[in-house]
Amino acid sequence: MIACAGADLRVRPGTIHALLGENGAGKTTMVNVLAGVYRPDAGEVWVNGQRRQFYSPADAIAAGVGMVYQEFRLVPTLTVAENVVLGAAPRVLRSSEIEERVAELSAEYGMAADPTRPVWQLSMGERQRVEILKSLWRNASVLVMDEPTAVLTPGEAAELGATLRSMAEGGRSVIYISHKLDQVVAFCDEATVLRQGKTAATVDNLQDVDLTALAEMMVGTSGGGYVDRPPPRDRGPEVLSLQNVSALNDRGLPALTDINMTIHSGEIVGIVGVSGNGQKELAEVITGLRRPTEGRVTVKEQDITGASPGDRYRLGLAYVPEDRLGVGLAPKMSVVDNAVVRSYKSQRRGLMLVVDRCVKFCQTLVEQFGVRVGRLGDPIAGLSGGNLQRLLLGRELAEQPAVLVAAQPTRGLDVQGVAAIQSHLVEQRANGVGVLLISEDLDELQALSDVLLVMYEGRVVGEYPPDVTPRSILGSAMAGNPPT
Amino acid sequence: MSEAALVGLFVATVQFATLVFLAALGELIAERAGVLNLGVEGMMAMGAVSGFMVGLETGSPWAAFFAAAAVGALVGGLHALVSVLLGADQVVSGLALTIGGLGLAAYVGRNVVGERPETLFTDLGIAGLADIRWFGDIFFNQPPVVYLAVLLGLAVWFVLTRTRLGLALRAVGESAPTTDAVGHSVMALRAGAVMVGGAFAGAAGSFLSLYMAPGWTEGMVAGRGWIAVALVIFGAWRPGRLALGALLFGFTLALQPRLQSFDIELLGVQVNRISPALLGILPFVLTVVVLVIISWRYRHRPSPAPAALGLPYRREER
Repeated sequence: MIACAGADLRVRPGTIHALLGENGAGKTTMVNVLAGVYRPDAGEVWVNGQRRQFYSPADAIAAGVGMVYQEFRLVPTLTVAENVVLGAAPRVLRSSEIEERVAELSAEYGMAADPTRPVWQLSMGERQRVEILKSLWRNASVLVMDEPTAVLTPGEAAELGATLRSMAEGGRSVIYISHKLDQVVAFCDEATVLRQGKTAATVDNLQDVDLTALAEMMVGTSGGGYVDRPPPRDRGPEVLSLQNVSALNDRGLPALTDINMTIHSGEIVGIVGVSGNGQKELAEVITGLRRPTEGRVTVKEQDITGASPGDRYRLGLAYVPEDRLGVGLAPKMSVVDNAVVRSYKSQRRGLMLVVDRCVKFCQTLVEQFGVRVGRLGDPIAGLSGGNLQRLLLGRELAEQPAVLVAAQPTRGLDVQGVAAIQSHLVEQRANGVGVLLISEDLDELQALSDVLLVMYEGRVVGEYPPDVTPRSILGSAMAGNPPT
Repeated sequence: MSEAALVGLFVATVQFATLVFLAALGELIAERAGVLNLGVEGMMAMGAVSGFMVGLETGSPWAAFFAAAAVGALVGGLHALVSVLLGADQVVSGLALTIGGLGLAAYVGRNVVGERPETLFTDLGIAGLADIRWFGDIFFNQPPVVYLAVLLGLAVWFVLTRTRLGLALRAVGESAPTTDAVGHSVMALRAGAVMVGGAFAGAAGSFLSLYMAPGWTEGMVAGRGWIAVALVIFGAWRPGRLALGALLFGFTLALQPRLQSFDIELLGVQVNRISPALLGILPFVLTVVVLVIISWRYRHRPSPAPAALGLPYRREER
């Protein structure tokens, strides 16, 4: 497959250069070429005036290209210092010595990081600092950052901006890959826009262009806004409630504290918050994948606190998990198997599954939800993100649930996929389903939700009407300072 | 029970401990790099037969010992080729290595069954210490392989925790993509670890055929390779705990053939009436107990097992 066809990227020293583009525009491919992970079929890479050929990540590092991936490449059980020096360590390690040198390096760039702590204990912001320190340790002249603020709080993002600026002032270059336009404008000097694997535009001075123009360059045509929900209607009866729910995260630390919420039939409740503030645990407590330490969960006013995920589903609780291909769907199983895995009980005769009935069930889903598939017997891993999500959503809605918990349902999808999923959610609302929508996309939440709840450090810190609440208020609530 | 019998039990404990410690130390290196090698039993058999044959030919125990290590490394290299470079299932490849190794060893050694080499490892008393009552015989009047195993244990600990190579090995056992991204060669690290691990297993096998039970018979490794695999888990993938576990497992191995001669009562049970077979499963029971303890104690933090253990790595597949 050709992901990049004739893309150009030129970055000057001492600048922060934004690489913009929608999902699938070729940003990640371009980055992997720079990092030495993919070898380009055609074209050249030049670093500091020299033509380079990267056969492995080691070559890219040697040429001075430092990578900070969206999913951090850190070893959780090693300490901060060990992670920083990994790959460029002295032959014999003295931990006190490397810890001291790493501490000096982080102080030099104003990044707080305790070099003796194991990485699994760190927050996402701290892990990102470790990634940046890794590149600085190798004295990289070009730092490539892939979606760096996706996991950060607004405060951490601002701090990151300052760190990147100080690196640029020191003569290094930063390639900043993102589709968060406001941050790009705030942090970057120049930009290159990719569209369908080609360079669509270059911008020499980002201060001169406005956001709308930039957005248009990315999508090609303007518009492509979000689906609007129909006007509010009378709420139906309560379908899901959480009463004083607390829970621990995987590390045994409090993840949810005293959560109270109620969702009624025919409404969409949007959960706002930077990821990692308890959203994942909230979805898991509701769907039965995590045991709350305190409190009650009810579906249709029945206590389900101790019920299994299967019992909850049969009571009318459907779940579209954040991890589509892992928790939601089984990658190596076929389209049909994935489609019936929830409702196989209705395709049985005695102890046996009736294959014809399964296939028919799957075909109905595929047609109804517009899933583009090859053969129904093929493994599902070959489908695109949007088609996976259509199938997953269809499967969860097939038996008319009363409540739908949807976590990040449109993340990483293309424009059409986003629109399709959003209109399904709105349609379910009209059918009387209560929807809990967990998302990082504020526009989406404001467009679809009937009410917004802001989560911060495991608590619900505020409840806002979506249409009339200014972004600044939501933003400060997300950072833990809800205006009173 | 006589004093001499008791000292004899502990002398044998140290030797059996050395046998399983050497093999387990090799397996620890491979597993810390993320490669499970269930072929230890087969590599030990190949080491035992080749060590014995080289011993017969050359008369030099050290030549035999290092030849066995080299054969172990080669057999381990086969596992590295299949499971590391070609990315095949490590469990399947390891089991094939055990079954194939046992069979090949029986074939190679078919003409030397019953023969005895001229020179065996002789006990090496350490001046000044060997004469201490009881302890002298147990710890300081042993064949040189015992002392070598101690030195190798220290060396492995040092390399793993105090060197760049060790850091890279630990990292590749936790996350291959991370290690690849910082410029280390995943393949070289893992293949190297598996081959060194094979060398340790081969050397352990020759300690068996050159000293502990001089000669070669089919089936002489008798499950000690599997005990070594269990010992790595029992030792929670750390060299220090591995050494303690080796002494414990070595004790059960040394006790097994002597059990009948212990005419004493322990907790109301006549010891000499316990079945040696029951004692034989003790290492595995203890390993399962340790697994349970580990999963309980580490429920809120990363387990001591290398996170990438058993996972093949291919670069383009992310």
